Amino acid sequence: MAVGTAEILDAFAALSAVSWTDPADFREALAATIAKSQEDRQVFDLLFERFFFRAAEAGALEHQIREQRDEGGDRLDLEQLREAIREAIAQGQEGQMRDAARLAIAAFGRRGEGSGVVGVDVQRIRRTLGLQISGRDAEGEESRLERQQIQAFERHLRRELERALIERTQAMPPARPLAELDRALPTSPTQDLAAVHRAVAQLKRRLATLGHEQRGRKRASAVDMRRTMRASLETGGVPLRLKYRPKRPRRPEIYVLCDVSTSVTSASMFFLSVLHALHDSFRKLRSFVFIERISEVTEVFERERDFREISRKISQEGGVADVSGYTDYGRVWLEFIEQISEDLDPRSTVIVLGDARTNGREPHADVFARISERAGRTFWLNPEPRLYWNYGDSVMAAYERHCDAAFECWTTKHLENFVNVIAGGKPVVE
Amino acid sequence: MTDHEQTSVPEVKAALEGAGYLADESAALVSYLAQELGKPVLVEGPAGVGKTELAKALSRATGRSLIRLQCYEGLDESKALYEWNYRKQLLRIQASEDESWEDIFAEDFLLTRPLLEAISSSEPVVLLIDEIDKTDQEFEAMLLEVLSDFQISIPELGVIEARTHPIVVLTSNNSRELTEALKRRCLYLWLDYPDVDREIEIVRLHAPELDDRLARRLVEVINMVRQLDLKKPPSIAESIDWARALLLLGAHDIDRAMFERTMSIIVKHRTDIDLVAERVGVRLAEEGKYRLAEGA
Repeated sequence: MAVGTAEILDAFAALSAVSWTDPADFREALAATIAKSQEDRQVFDLLFERFFFRAAEAGALEHQIREQRDEGGDRLDLEQLREAIREAIAQGQEGQMRDAARLAIAAFGRRGEGSGVVGVDVQRIRRTLGLQISGRDAEGEESRLERQQIQAFERHLRRELERALIERTQAMPPARPLAELDRALPTSPTQDLAAVHRAVAQLKRRLATLGHEQRGRKRASAVDMRRTMRASLETGGVPLRLKYRPKRPRRPEIYVLCDVSTSVTSASMFFLSVLHALHDSFRKLRSFVFIERISEVTEVFERERDFREISRKISQEGGVADVSGYTDYGRVWLEFIEQISEDLDPRSTVIVLGDARTNGREPHADVFARISERAGRTFWLNPEPRLYWNYGDSVMAAYERHCDAAFECWTTKHLENFVNVIAGGKPVVE
Repeated sequence: MTDHEQTSVPEVKAALEGAGYLADESAALVSYLAQELGKPVLVEGPAGVGKTELAKALSRATGRSLIRLQCYEGLDESKALYEWNYRKQLLRIQASEDESWEDIFAEDFLLTRPLLEAISSSEPVVLLIDEIDKTDQEFEAMLLEVLSDFQISIPELGVIEARTHPIVVLTSNNSRELTEALKRRCLYLWLDYPDVDREIEIVRLHAPELDDRLARRLVEVINMVRQLDLKKPPSIAESIDWARALLLLGAHDIDRAMFERTMSIIVKHRTDIDLVAERVGVRLAEEGKYRLAEGA
């Protein structure tokens, strides 16, 4: 979360405009000025809760205030509790719902049923309370609850449990997707999606302006009347200088093929994040994932914004024909060229993300050669160190010959390197 | 037109409601802050939750006129900021033969485009920059000067500063990540689909003749549809359209037959229609049976 001085100034300006006594206003005002995306907002909510919860607790200790316990609190039996909670949920008041969630956790915590895993506890409590989504159960009319209401209650439960967990362990739960990304990589310099996005944004600019001047026939450019006339005003209305329509830099068309087989499991999270970032920057991008066969996932990226959702969707419904789990590069090339050969032209760029391990199958380097011949440029990003290339079943050499360039790539640093090199710069890493 | 200043969050909320927009807490608060702090608001959220409508309602609620800049790929400064009216400049030069024509780069020859119009207007306005995510990142950079300093630099003329302070609303469908620089200059508001009760209120506000039970039923069905994995989930505007259509047809309940007849109002994709007909249609039929059984 990037919070700079500007955000802090804004936050204080905003706070001076709202009343401090209304917790909702206070929180929203801070959120509007500090959290600038939905992900930020989640982090913000967690932090806000934690900070003010702790501040309140600390204040309470200092002033010797204890929570007023209900007289019959301990004797409240499950049936009564169930009723009370159900009522709170039905009414849908935030405050009541939170109290109910705390009550439920306290009740079940006392019975020693806490497993320490938030998700498990939520489900357990829900089951014990017998909360059912309205349907055709034996329940009476009044006790039927809307799915949304139950979800809201679950959110409260989750939040309270998380808070309890934070309190107990004195540590923030790790931000999961990023942590996973980290662990998944051979070496783990701090990676994050943002860094990948930055590198890809650079890549966009480079690709858009690179080498197009020399490509294609030189066509006569059209005179831009409007700009010619405008320029003529400096010379008293006599068009001395002709202005031409600028030749639009052609939009690069990019085809990305991404290996998601088991041999690159460690790198595929990284590759998916690269794909995700590419989709943010390029409109004309088609992406494919492959193991044994190829499958287009462009649409998944176009429809989904959330990275976690995307990786889930691709792994579940990517439609990757994964019979053996072993990559078959030869077959992938054949299918690729069959699917889109007519779309490939000199202005397209093909980027392959994969380890070139064929599992002993026919590599079909000739087909790959045909692909790279048709495409303007072909790059290969290999998640293995260069040292391992061509050992075992890796046939990198056979493919590298047909690529404009091949790079080792498993960190954002490598990605930046790739961007730099193709832009004619110097490599950042050796 | 007068500027109706609202000086507290509830007042803003009431004013928006008066303009036909039921804002939730955060939307009302951010609208209020936007007026108080004079900062642009970046509104993000799925399509059809009322992002654009918020700006329109703000303009109605404050009595300011609305200037709208619809963004699209390839939008450039001559269409968004300003352009020199070269025809008029040419005529001036030719009309004034030997006299000096040094003054042709003056404000008289400037064609104002939405952004310039918004900041040079003598009445305060609401400026809506719609679907900013459709433009290129370069265009965002161009907006920065307008958004943070409310001024536009024109090389031949100098800096044009805002005479009045516009309320700026930017909307984005979140189809790409906006730049940090732009976000830093804005207040952020995430709008999501409203909960059932709020949506019922919204539907009732726009289709007052609809009876309570049917409105609730309609919103429940809409929510059912939204939970399916659709290409384009139904928006609030479509809920309202559907409510009006049901009124016209004189429907008393949404059963399977009625749903299938009117489904095309809320679902607009070939594949979506099949999915919805299958999932929701069947469920409605089952519920119908259940209700009959219950009544008996």
